[in-house]
Amino acid sequence: MKNDMHPLVMVALVAAVTLLGRALPTWTLSLATVAASNALIALGIVVLARTGNVSFGQGLFFAAGGYGVALIANAWGLTDAVAQVIIGAACGGLLGLVIGPFIARYSGIFFGMLTLALSMVFYGALVKSTALGGSDGFNVGRPTLFGLSFADPREADFMLYAVSIIVTGFAGIGATFLFRSEFGLASLAVRENNLRVEYLGISANRIVSVNFAIAAVFAGASGAFALMAQRHIDPQFAYWTTSGEFVFIAVLAGNQSVAAVFVASMALELVRSFSNLYLPNTWQLVLGVFLLGVILFLPRGIGSLWIRNRRKRSTSTAKAPLTAERGATP
Amino acid sequence: MNFFLTIVLDGLIQASWLFIVALGMTLVFGVLKILNIAHGSFYALGAYIAASAVTMVAARGFHPGVGFAAMLISVALIASAVGLLLERGLLKMFYGRDEVVLLLVTYAVFLIFEDATKLIWGVNPIYATQPYELFGNLEFAGLYYVGYDLVLIPISALIGLAIWFGLNRTVIGKIVLAVMHNEEMSVSMGVRVNRVYAIAFAFGVLLAALAGALTAPKISMQPGLSSDVIILSFAIVVIGGLGSVEGAAVGALLVGLARAASVHLMPQAELFMIYLIMAAVLMFRPEGLFKRETARRI
Repeated sequence: MKNDMHPLVMVALVAAVTLLGRALPTWTLSLATVAASNALIALGIVVLARTGNVSFGQGLFFAAGGYGVALIANAWGLTDAVAQVIIGAACGGLLGLVIGPFIARYSGIFFGMLTLALSMVFYGALVKSTALGGSDGFNVGRPTLFGLSFADPREADFMLYAVSIIVTGFAGIGATFLFRSEFGLASLAVRENNLRVEYLGISANRIVSVNFAIAAVFAGASGAFALMAQRHIDPQFAYWTTSGEFVFIAVLAGNQSVAAVFVASMALELVRSFSNLYLPNTWQLVLGVFLLGVILFLPRGIGSLWIRNRRKRSTSTAKAPLTAERGATP
Repeated sequence: MNFFLTIVLDGLIQASWLFIVALGMTLVFGVLKILNIAHGSFYALGAYIAASAVTMVAARGFHPGVGFAAMLISVALIASAVGLLLERGLLKMFYGRDEVVLLLVTYAVFLIFEDATKLIWGVNPIYATQPYELFGNLEFAGLYYVGYDLVLIPISALIGLAIWFGLNRTVIGKIVLAVMHNEEMSVSMGVRVNRVYAIAFAFGVLLAALAGALTAPKISMQPGLSSDVIILSFAIVVIGGLGSVEGAAVGALLVGLARAASVHLMPQAELFMIYLIMAAVLMFRPEGLFKRETARRI
């Protein structure tokens, strides 16, 4: 572990990236905000994937966070950005706490299908609920911060950027500690063989449930960011292709490095905006080819570009790719 | 009573084409152990090809029946070719990796097909309505139905029976079943598993595309078609049990009837109902209704 980064260095890194926003052009700011928000939810998927389960339904918590925040914002006039993130995280987390224990019994492909089914139930309900605007959704007001409102769009963008980078950055630092903790190592053990973990007297179900709740909290907060960035919400938040995109980022990142999640998310946003600009209508095509290339040539994600050598030297048990190792035995 | 009959008939019509799609998906999963997200794309591909074929034939002034035949033949040829190419050229490279990785590979294929269809056929809705009038209108117990819709029911029943017969009563089918049960054992018995894989995948694509072709005259083809179909067939296959033909039939019936019932009784609950059934089945029988028990490897 002596090679691992000191927590203070990580905090300094987050601060540096936040201040860097002052120097960035405006269009990069909103791009980076979306990237940070997507990185947050993908980080949750990586946390969960360390137990061997990939959730294809994070859109459920993403939408729950977004709708929760949007409804409260419109009902009580609550526009504070930090409060909205906390509410989003709470909405996602509560739902995750309820669903987690039910879903922890499943693994591999069944886990993925059940999460997808639940998110589609939510989608189906949202599309038909006229009170929530049906498939068109509804708008919310501009966010404020600690009583300040930002009339200048550049300032507003920077505020959102700063909040999203700081929240995602601290979530990343938290995840790093989690990965290094006993609990994080036990999660990896669940991925390897959940029965043997049970023989050792640890509840595999509880480990999966807790990781699931953490992922849900991240997803809910991410939904709040997406809402603030778009100032609009619709059922598309819960559709399966939205969830697929987050899994995509997680796969792109691999589970070896938290920083890789941010790099992957930013890379994806850049690819998306450039292909939108130069190759309209082929953005999904580019994405698909990109995904195939990563799975084929970088099976451990882009994190392996700078992590691989160190791991080989320090430990003999190289980590498996994000999703590998487990079959569909329920 | 009439109302009830309407729901049942509508449900059967829905179930008939859903069954063909789900059958392809369940076969591919059974043999290759791939949960194919791109399956909906093959459905859309079939529908688009059928529309092109029908329009081309109609433009030359032939009888709609010729268009119907032309669409089935062109779809069958192109879909099998696409299936073989994809399996040999792409999926082969990922065998031995985890099921979830393969699922992501098919997700990538889905994304690529999504845009490829947009590039070829554009983003505006296209239609192929000529064969829809082929069988006229039929009266059934006081209800009027488009003949084409009712003809779909026996067609899909025939396809289902043919596949059941092919799997359970022919040598090739028995080989495929052997590969489904235990691939390693089949290899050691001299089965060319690679060939079975290629054929099964191509057949799965063919079924999806065929369902697309059969429904093409009923619907408008536009982007988003594939992602809607995939979530329906996904639900069916999971309800019935992955890899089971009987399961696909029962799942399709359940989903078709649930869809028809909610359209007539509670329109707001359509997608909600289907996924609620799926979630319920997964909660109580995670292996689906028709999956056999398999030994767990520790």
